[in-house]
Parts: sequence; structure tokens; C-alpha cells
Amino acid sequence: MAAPDLPVISASGLDLTFQTGDGPVHALKDVALDIHKGDFVSFIGPSGCGKTTFLRCIAGLEQPTGGTLSVNDMTPDAARCARAYGYVFQAAGLYPWRTIARNITLPLEIMGYAKAEQSARVERVLELVELAGFGAKYPWQLSGGMQQRASIARALAFDADILLMDEPFGALDEIVRDHLNEQLLALWARTQKTICFVTHSIPEAVYLSTKIVVMSPRPGRISDVIESTLPKTRPLDIRDSPEFIEIAHRVRDGLRAGHADDA
Amino acid sequence: MRNVSPVLMVVAVLLALWYLAVPVMNIKETVTQLERGGAQVVPASAQERRGAGHFGLVAKNTFAIPATFVQDRPRLPAPHQVGAELWDGVVGKKITSKRSLVYHGSITLSATLLGFAIGAGLGILLAVGIVHSRVMDKSVMPWAIVSQTIPIIALAPMIVVVLYSAGLQGLFPKAVISAYLSFFPVVVGMVKGLRSPDAAQLDLLKTYNASTAQGFWKLRLPASMPYLFASLKIAIAAAMVGAIVGELPVQGGGLGNRMLTGSYYGQTIQIWSALFAAAILAASLVALISVIQRGTLKRMGLS
Repeated sequence: MAAPDLPVISASGLDLTFQTGDGPVHALKDVALDIHKGDFVSFIGPSGCGKTTFLRCIAGLEQPTGGTLSVNDMTPDAARCARAYGYVFQAAGLYPWRTIARNITLPLEIMGYAKAEQSARVERVLELVELAGFGAKYPWQLSGGMQQRASIARALAFDADILLMDEPFGALDEIVRDHLNEQLLALWARTQKTICFVTHSIPEAVYLSTKIVVMSPRPGRISDVIESTLPKTRPLDIRDSPEFIEIAHRVRDGLRAGHADDA
Repeated sequence: MRNVSPVLMVVAVLLALWYLAVPVMNIKETVTQLERGGAQVVPASAQERRGAGHFGLVAKNTFAIPATFVQDRPRLPAPHQVGAELWDGVVGKKITSKRSLVYHGSITLSATLLGFAIGAGLGILLAVGIVHSRVMDKSVMPWAIVSQTIPIIALAPMIVVVLYSAGLQGLFPKAVISAYLSFFPVVVGMVKGLRSPDAAQLDLLKTYNASTAQGFWKLRLPASMPYLFASLKIAIAAAMVGAIVGELPVQGGGLGNRMLTGSYYGQTIQIWSALFAAAILAASLVALISVIQRGTLKRMGLS
């Protein structure tokens, strides 16, 4: 267990260049960032700024070509093998041939949890994402928002302290998204997890995060890191407060600056 | 009922066309036969008739039309003749009789089923190998495609002869030919099915640090089921063709054998009835797979 002042995720001088048919693509350049236990960190920026790539590096799904990156004091690959994080993709990606409950047991089966333990955990996480009673349904019987909640439950089912979320609500409409944002904050407060959250939406980033990382493209790099001054408990109408609007402004300025040296 | 009526419509149109074709196809032989029996036909001399067109003969000898439907060895048997022969062959003969279509059908069926089992099993194994091994992907697939470009009718006698010299005869060589035709659609469909999970689904398993075997049993195999059943339907029909082709060069009975002997002795009705027996058998096998497919996919929650 890391001490509160030691970062859970730490990157410095991180570089990643993809070799493509059209020549090398510089996806990440000199990225340095510390994420502490219990942080809610949002990554925001235009397409191609490397926010998803950075998340995938943390997950050990991409290999950086330079710099250092540690997760729980391990290499990302070792952390992946130690099942240090749960990953939520943009698409819920539930198996259509499994019920919601059996979808949530999938990681538990793979990790070899006992049968009784599996069903106890399924009950608990279904409760957490407010899907209790939907375990026996098939994915197609649920709405898009409920499917995404089920996929979050699947990522919570095993004991990972880190939750990596790649635009999980990107495909949902605004009303559902507001509701899920509220639920996600409640869930974060209850579980004390460290969350890395990739998004396109400024209000979503400001509303959710304790730390907002603004990124800019070509090459993908961090252009601003904003520590949120908002209180931990956040009702939805906090978005009308001057404080909220000020942070949103700063995010927008950061995004614009990233685009300015692009032109 | 809504599904049945278009099918009946097509069948009715085909039957009508068939009946229309019968007098035209059979008119020459019928007229000659009637003339020998003492009837007045137009034109009267055989030499003139030889050069005459079929349609013209029908128009000039309308009285002969009914007789064209009841010929013993017609060029084109009428549907009811084929139907009667089919009925007689299925229920009118003891199933041990060499003239029973049930007897011949069961010989073909056993070769088909054995060949299908070998072919489908082989196809699935090859597909699993191709998906998991780059070497197999590069080496097996091209040969599988080449194998299907060789005409089976040329290959079948060789397979029979080679297996005979190895002491194998009867059912097994036919099943091998049948498997040769049926493994291919299974390989193609199963490879596509096993590769159907998208990158995000494979990444998800990677985040769980799942093994290749777990990825196969929990993701790839279930995801491939709809593809597998689609190719099994093609495979069982191909297996049947293989079994029939395999029966041509050997004297062991079977629907293929029945068609061949029919053509030796000009028994067109026998050929056609064996042909229809084969078609009905193949359709039933495909329907059987459809039923299994529906049941399986329903139990998986996929339909």
C-alpha cells in the first residue's frame, strides 16, 4: 500500500512514437505526471492529442518508446499482470451470449475466484452501479446507459485500486451522461479508487475531477494541469457556480493554446 | 403461412414450366411410337420428321400430347412420373431391396454423415490452428483454397484407388471424398468467426491478463458460433455431393450409384427420382442443422 504522498502512477519524460506506413507518428512527447491515491484525474484534449494512448500506456496495452512510467511502483506490464486496474472502454463490450451477472463474473472466472465469492461480488457491484435485480438480463435487454454501468461493474468486480476509463460515456446522450456522472462521483467517494478518466467534454472533466490534465496534439503532450478547487461533494448545480465556470475557462484556454501553436 | 406461400408459388411455376417442356422434349419418340402403332402422324415419313422442329411437331400432332406424359423412357419424365417412382422407391419396396430408395439413400446418408463429421472436425481444428499460429495461417490457408480448385470428379477415383490399395474400401473412401469437400467451408467460416471479436474485446481480456486458452474458450469460441452454423449448413450439403460423387466409381449402392446405373440403361425416371431423393435428403440435413442452430443460439441468448 503506497503512502498518501507517494504517487500511484508516475510518468516522466514519457515518449511514444508509432511506426506507421506514412512514417513515424509522435503520439506522446515528454509527458510527465504524478497521480496520487484517491485522485480523480481527467484527460481532456482534441482527437489525436494522445490522451487515450497515455491511458493505454498506463494499462500496459501500449509500450512507450522512451521515458519512465510506473504503476503501483511496478512497470505497467507487471501491474497489468498483477491486475492492478480495471479498464472501462468507450463501448460497453459486454458479451451478448452472457447475462449481465455472467458478464461481471468474466474477470472473476479468469482470475480464478471461488464460485461463492463470485456471486457475492456480482451482487455487491450490481448494487454499486444501481443495477441490482438486472443480473439475469441479457445485454440487449438493457439501455445503452445501463450497459455502460454494467461494464463499470465488471471493472469493479475484482480488487483493483485503479480505474481507467476511456470516454466511457462518450456515446451516451447528455441527460444519461449527467446522471452517470453523478453516480460515478458517488461511487468514487464510496470506493476510494484512483480514477483516470478520458473525455472530450469540458463540463464533464471539470465536474468530475480533482485534477484536469489538458493535452494538445502533434505531438501529443500535456499543455496544462489544473488542480480543481471544487469541494469533494458536488451536486449537479455546482456547474452554475462562478468557481466551476472559472475552471472551465482555464481548461478552454489550455485547449485553445494547444491549437494556437498548431496553426 | 406467410413464409410458405412464396415457396409454393415458386414450386407451382417450376412445375408448370416442367409440364410445358415435357411434350416438346418427348414428341419425336412419342410420334414414332404412335406411328408404329398405326396412328396417322404428320409428317408421315420418318425422314421428314427427323429434320422437323420439336415445337412444329407438337403443333401438328396435338393428339399425341397426352402420350408424351406416359412414356416408359422419356427424354424428360413428367413430374408425376418422377413423383410416382419416388413414392414407389421409398414406400413401395422393402428397404432391403436393391430398388429401394431408402436402401440407397441410407448408404449415401451414412457416407455423408461420416464425411461431414470428419470434415467439420478437421475444419474446426485447422481454423483454431490458423487463428493461433502465424505459420499455419501462412501455410495452410493457400493449400486449403488450392484443394478446392481441383475437380472432385477427377480426384474421387484416385482417392478410391489409393485407399483400396491401403486395404480400405466401402464406406470410408466415400467419407474421405465427402470430408474433402466439406472441410473447406468450415475452415473459412470458423476462421472468420474466431477472428470476429474486435480489438477492444481482446484488449479487455489482456487487461485481465487472461491466457490464450481462456481467450479461446470464453471469447473466440462463443463468438464464432453463428459463423460455425452458417458454414456447417454449406458443409453438410457439400458432404452429400461428395458422397454421391464417391459412389460413382464403386459398385456398392447409394444414390450416386442409382443415378449412374439409370444412365447406363436409359432409365431417365430412375435418374430423376434418385436426384430428387438426394435433394430432399440434403434439404432435410440442412434443415436439421438449422434447428440445432436455432436451439443453440437461443440458449446462448444470441437470437
